[in-house]
Amino acid sequence: MQKSLLINADKCTGCLQCEMACSYENYGVFNTSKSRIKVFDFHETGKKVPYTCTQCDEAWCLKACPVDAIRIDATTGAKVVIEDVCVGCKVCTISCPFGTVNYVQDTGKVQKCDLCGGDPACATSCPTGAITYVDADWTGLDKMRAWADKLGNQPSA
Amino acid sequence: MSWSGKFLRVNLSKGTCQSEPLNMQWAKEYLGSRGLASKYLVEEIDPKVDPLSPENKIIWATGPLTGTMASTGGRYTVVTKGPLTGAIACSNSGGYWGAELKMAGWDMVIFEGKSPKPVYLVIENDDAKLLDASYIWGKSVWETEPAIKAKHQDPQMRVSCIGRAGENQVLFASVVNDLHRAAGRSGVGAVMGSKNLKAIAVRGTKGVGNLKDPKAFMKASTAAKAVLAGHAVTGQGLPTYGTQVLMNVINEVGALPTRNHQDVQFEGAKDISAEAMATPRASDGKAQLVTNQACFGCTIACGRISKIDETHFSIQNKPQYINASGGLEYEAAWALGAANGVNDLEALQFANMVCNEDGIDPITFGATVGAVMEMYEMGALTKEQIGMEAPFGSAKALCHFAEITARGEGFGKEIGLGSARLTKKYGQPDLSMSVKGQEFPAYDGRVIQGIGLAYATSNRGACHLRGYTIASEVLGIPVKTDPAETNGKPELVKAFQDATAAFDSAGICIFTSFAWTLADVAPQLQAACGDEFTVENLNTIGERIWNMERDFNNRAGFTNKDDKLPKRLMTEAAKTGPGKGTVSGLDKMLPEYYKVRGWDNEGRLSTETRKRLGL
Repeated sequence: MQKSLLINADKCTGCLQCEMACSYENYGVFNTSKSRIKVFDFHETGKKVPYTCTQCDEAWCLKACPVDAIRIDATTGAKVVIEDVCVGCKVCTISCPFGTVNYVQDTGKVQKCDLCGGDPACATSCPTGAITYVDADWTGLDKMRAWADKLGNQPSA
Repeated sequence: MSWSGKFLRVNLSKGTCQSEPLNMQWAKEYLGSRGLASKYLVEEIDPKVDPLSPENKIIWATGPLTGTMASTGGRYTVVTKGPLTGAIACSNSGGYWGAELKMAGWDMVIFEGKSPKPVYLVIENDDAKLLDASYIWGKSVWETEPAIKAKHQDPQMRVSCIGRAGENQVLFASVVNDLHRAAGRSGVGAVMGSKNLKAIAVRGTKGVGNLKDPKAFMKASTAAKAVLAGHAVTGQGLPTYGTQVLMNVINEVGALPTRNHQDVQFEGAKDISAEAMATPRASDGKAQLVTNQACFGCTIACGRISKIDETHFSIQNKPQYINASGGLEYEAAWALGAANGVNDLEALQFANMVCNEDGIDPITFGATVGAVMEMYEMGALTKEQIGMEAPFGSAKALCHFAEITARGEGFGKEIGLGSARLTKKYGQPDLSMSVKGQEFPAYDGRVIQGIGLAYATSNRGACHLRGYTIASEVLGIPVKTDPAETNGKPELVKAFQDATAAFDSAGICIFTSFAWTLADVAPQLQAACGDEFTVENLNTIGERIWNMERDFNNRAGFTNKDDKLPKRLMTEAAKTGPGKGTVSGLDKMLPEYYKVRGWDNEGRLSTETRKRLGL
């Protein structure tokens, strides 16, 4: 069964633990500039919004790659960059409609979220539950439950 | 390791930026941030230097845990000789700037000299350069940060800067980063302004990757986060209510200084409390509080993001105040509110936003307004001198003063002096509620004996962040002590002061200490830096830092005569509340405190103390 990252921005405090966990998982260093998940702080509204790859089924990045360096992890469904194959041409960064594939100067390769092989460090490190890793078919479950509660879980007249 | 191992020395007179290796012996003895930067300051400047002269230096410093996954590991300090007090100044800030400096590969930046014209420093990893600041000089904090980001086409830069108050050398100007996080106290922003230094913009992409034992560190920091999450204060109270959770609590124990410390309880406390911030307003049906916000790495998230009532008189035709921004925390709400008898929550938020926008310490500002209002009511200051009526409770006067102080317009120039100089100038020196020239924060030092002693002996002038005995005397953390009792308080104050110096120097937030002791910090530091950072050693490091700061102040000219509280707290008893009838027992506690510290009768370090601490 595949899982998806589920992001609830209302719970995000902007602590950036997810960004540090991501860079530590992938590069062994605490470095928000190397994170594959990014928290956006909209100061004028107070909203903090984590954003990362949604692992498109028909992935633009995968289709655009001229050297077949982005492949599907059959278990997690993640679109994974094979670093040994990537030539750093950056075409995938142009093709991704969401901006979630990006070039890394230090390595000369691109990087994107690979779901950490099925145990995403961002979700594990999030202190508020703003980022969770749930059944891919049921990312709407919490919202449905909230509405079910509101509409159906009232005392009988 | 966990230190970058190098710092940047910027000579503003010559316009040079040089990398120097960090003195690792000092790093082991003083840890980082507050302790290590103070060590450099103490070694490099004459204690008698004029704080606003080119001979003073000013240091931005991170700690070994800054930029790591340790909870709250985003702190930095600004260390200098403070112009408000003439004592050593160390102001601590959160937000994201400190971690960015560390990720750029620097532990500290030391500024010396004075630039012939306004400049700002840009750091991009190893590259550092001074640039012409003429396009941002005269601008507010809120204008400066976006202007720098736009100029360099880099929205990911982090900016630490002064506003108009720092440029005009208002004696309690702050340094602000990330728009609303501030190194607030002692006038560190005025020193920045005196050097013609407007801002430090940083972009760091190197990260922090040199921890001694990363796996052990992840284990220790994860365990420590669980402690924070499970504690009533750090896991529930602070995230939900912010520090403002204290307003009603402190009022109930009769320790909420009101109307320039004339009273100890404020009838309007509930109107300016955390609960009030979360209650929908009659005007628009929305609460002032929008959400909470964390600083870098913080799993507590006490920060407040608030939105002011659009119909409030203070912001009519002033569109820059309509969006959400940094909201009231307890000390600011007290200083702008109870200290002046003002219970208009929207007016408090307006003044708070102006403090962030202009770079002003809201505690000293609010407390100075309190002194002005008392002098107005007694006739020592007239409507003509002030330019308006200014009785206690006047939200109009508060908002007006906020707008004229940084600019130095009219009576704002007088408020910019701080209460000690202002009250002296107008013949009422006893009405300044301050120690060593710095105003009290939000706890009455005559009702809560330990905090009174902590204020009197604080190395940066009156301050709650140099030994927060309120934790013990009111909240019962780690153990409850009787606020009215003077016995045992010298030992309690010393313990809090030393531990606080260690927390500050590690690069983490002192609010963790509601749940953590040094036994929670030590495993993180040991994994990150080295086995020698045991609880015992951290206590010694804290004590060493405290004594070093004290020694600097003594050499700057401070004596035991400066370890005193205003006459009001010594002679005018609390009128109401559980502490009714009490005054401060400082006279009894101070000699005992000197003994506990290993100082002589005049408050100077004894030879044995120096030897024991390696000073």
